[in-house]
Amino acid sequence: MSILPQILFILVLGVAGYILYKRVSFLRRNIFLGKKETRNDQTNQRWKTMLLVAFGQKKMFKNFIPAFLHLLIYVAFVIINLEVLEFIIDGLGGSHRIFAPILGSAYGLAMNFFEFLAIAVLISCIAFLIRRNVMKVERFTKPELKGWPAMDANLILVIEIILMMAILTMNATDQILAERGLEKYTLLNGLFFSSMLQPLFIGMNDVTLVFIERFAWWFHIIGILAFAVYVTYSKHLHIFLAFPNTWYSNLKPKGEMKNMPEVTNEVNMMLGIATEAGTETPTEIGRFGAKDINDLSWVNVMNAYSCTECGRCTAECPANLTGKKLSPRKIMMDVRDRAEEVGKSIDAGGPGLEDGKSLLGDYITKEEINACTSCNACVEACPVNIDPLSIILQLRRYVAMEESGTPAQWNAMFQNMETSFSPWKFSPSDRFNWADQVKNEEAK
Amino acid sequence: MAEMAASGESPEILFWVGCAGSFDERYKAVTQAFVKILNKVGVSFAVLGPEEACTGDPARRAGNEFLFQMQAVANIQVMNGYEVKKVVTACPHCFNTIKNEYPALGGNYEVIHHSQFLQQLINEGKVVLQGGGEFKGKKITFHDSCYLGRANDVYEAPREVIKALDVELVEMKRCRTKGLCCGAGGAQMFKEPEPGKKDINIERTEEALATGASAIAVGCPFCLTMMTDGVKNKEREHDVKVYDLAEMIAKDMGI
Repeated sequence: MSILPQILFILVLGVAGYILYKRVSFLRRNIFLGKKETRNDQTNQRWKTMLLVAFGQKKMFKNFIPAFLHLLIYVAFVIINLEVLEFIIDGLGGSHRIFAPILGSAYGLAMNFFEFLAIAVLISCIAFLIRRNVMKVERFTKPELKGWPAMDANLILVIEIILMMAILTMNATDQILAERGLEKYTLLNGLFFSSMLQPLFIGMNDVTLVFIERFAWWFHIIGILAFAVYVTYSKHLHIFLAFPNTWYSNLKPKGEMKNMPEVTNEVNMMLGIATEAGTETPTEIGRFGAKDINDLSWVNVMNAYSCTECGRCTAECPANLTGKKLSPRKIMMDVRDRAEEVGKSIDAGGPGLEDGKSLLGDYITKEEINACTSCNACVEACPVNIDPLSIILQLRRYVAMEESGTPAQWNAMFQNMETSFSPWKFSPSDRFNWADQVKNEEAK
Repeated sequence: MAEMAASGESPEILFWVGCAGSFDERYKAVTQAFVKILNKVGVSFAVLGPEEACTGDPARRAGNEFLFQMQAVANIQVMNGYEVKKVVTACPHCFNTIKNEYPALGGNYEVIHHSQFLQQLINEGKVVLQGGGEFKGKKITFHDSCYLGRANDVYEAPREVIKALDVELVEMKRCRTKGLCCGAGGAQMFKEPEPGKKDINIERTEEALATGASAIAVGCPFCLTMMTDGVKNKEREHDVKVYDLAEMIAKDMGI
C-alpha cells in the first residue's frame, strides 16, 4: 500500500498551517495598531458575557427565524469539526474511519447526527441565500455592501453548501463500498440522509466509487482548510473573534464617554487645581481624538475585524433610517479596510500609516459622524457587542479639538457655553427665574 | 443652596435643574411642576440657581472635551463645596453625565432621574394620586429617552409612574431597548440635521401617533421639544399632548 496519500496529506496540512499562521500574525499585528487599552477587570462578568452573548447567542434571538437558522449552522460548525479530527488522524495514519471500531454503534449514531446537521446547514444556507438575493432583506441592500461584501457573503454560503454536499457524497459512496465488502470500508447501520443519495451512485463500479469517495474526502478536508484561510480575508472572521470580542465588551453604562486624562491635566492647570499627578511631566500628548486607526483603541480595531456585516446596527440607526449618510456598519467596515490597507503597506515596506491617507476623510466623512445622535441603538443591536459609537465620538473629538472643524451651529453652542455656561445664549443670572412663579403661587 | 448652606442646613437632595429646565419656556413648566411636588411632599431640597452651569454633555458629544471638562470641573467644585451627596434631575443627559462621567473628575454623588424619584415617592406613599384626574383610563404612550434607557438601563421607573395614574399604557412598536431616538441626542439638539429624507422626530412621532394614545409621556427636555414639534408637524396638537412625567403627576395631585 502506498504511503503517498499520507505524505500528500502532511504536505497539505503543513501548507495550510503555515498560511494560517501568517494570516493570524498579520491580523494580530493590525489589531494592535490600535492604542493600548486595558480591559481585564471584572473577569467573572467578562466570562459570563462571553458565554451568554457569543457562545449562547443571546442577542441574536431578538429575531427568531434568522437566529434559529444561524444557530443550526453554528452548532453544526462546532460539532462537525469533531469529525475533522477523525479526518486528520485518518489522513496522517492512512486509516479509514478510525473511530468506527472504537465507538461501535455510537459511531453510526454520531454519523447520522452529523448528517442531520449537514442537512440543517444546507437548508439554512439556502434560506440565507434567499433572504439576501431574493427577498432582499433591507439591511442587506445598503450601499456599503455593494461589490465585494455582498460577494463575500454569498461565497461563504455557497462554500458551506458545497462542503456539506461533499460530506453527504462521501458517506453515500462509502456505504455502498462497505456493503460491497471492500477492504477498509466499515458498514454502519444505515446513514439516513446520505442513503437518499445512493441511487445516484449504485450503478457505478467499485473503481469509480472509490475515486468519488476519495475525491469527496480530500475535497472536504482541503475545502475546510482553504475555508479557514479564506475566513481570515472575510467578514466571516466573527466565528472566532466573537469570543474575544465579547470578552472585552464595554461593561460600563453605555452612556458613559471615556474620560481624557490628558485634557483633565490641562483643565486643572488652567483652573489652578492641584492634581495628584500634577508634578509629573505629562506623558507625551498625542493627538486629541482619532484621525486614523492608530488613534483608536485596539478594542475598536478588534471590533472591526469581528464585524460580520449583518447590519442590525444600521437597521436600528435613527440617522440611517431617515436617510442620512451614517451607517454604523460602514464605520466598522471602514476601520477594518483602513487597518488592512495600513497592514499591507507595512508588510510591503511601504509608508504604512504615513501614506497620506487617513480613516477620517478618506474613509469616513464628517457628514457621517455629524449625523450620529449617540443613541446607542447600534451598540444595543450588535449580536457580538461591537461599539461603533465609541469610534464615532473619538473621530468627533479629533474634528473639534485638532481641526476646529465642527459645524458652525455647534461652534455657536460652544461659544454660548463658554460665555453663559449654557448651550443657549441666556444670562447665567436668569437661571433661577423659573422660581418666581412658584414663589408667587405659593405666596397666594 | 447658598442660602441653605449659609444657615447651616444641609438638604436631603440637590435638584439639578439643567439648562432646559432653567431657560426653555416649555421645560420651565416641568421644573415648576417637579418643585411643586417636592414642596407638597415636604422633601428637603435645594437648587444651585445661578451657581449651576451646563454639565457639558453637548460639548463632549460634539467632540469638545476641553469645554466639557471646564464645565464639569467647575460644577464639581461647587457641588463638592456644598458637600452634595444626592442629586436628582429631570434631564437624562444631566443624569448620565453627573452619574457616569463626573466620578472620573472627582465628583461622586448618588444620582437619580426624576422618574426614579417620583416612583420612590409613589411607592413610599408620599405622593398620593387621586386616580380620577384627567388622565384616568386614557391611552398614554411613553417615549424612551436614549440616555435614560439604553444608556443607563432605566426602563421601568417611568412606566411605573405612568401606571400609577390609572391610565392605559400603550407601547410603541420600538420601545425599551429598541426605542427610537427622538433625534436630539449627541448634541443634535443644537444643530440642523444632516441631509436626509426625513427628520427623526417625525419618524418617531408617527410611531407614537400610531398607538392611538391621547398623550405622549416623556422624561427628557430634548425629547419633549422634539416630540412636541413632531406632533405640531402632523397637525395633531389639538388632540395629542406631550407631557413630562412630573407634569402628569402634578396635574393629578391638583397642584
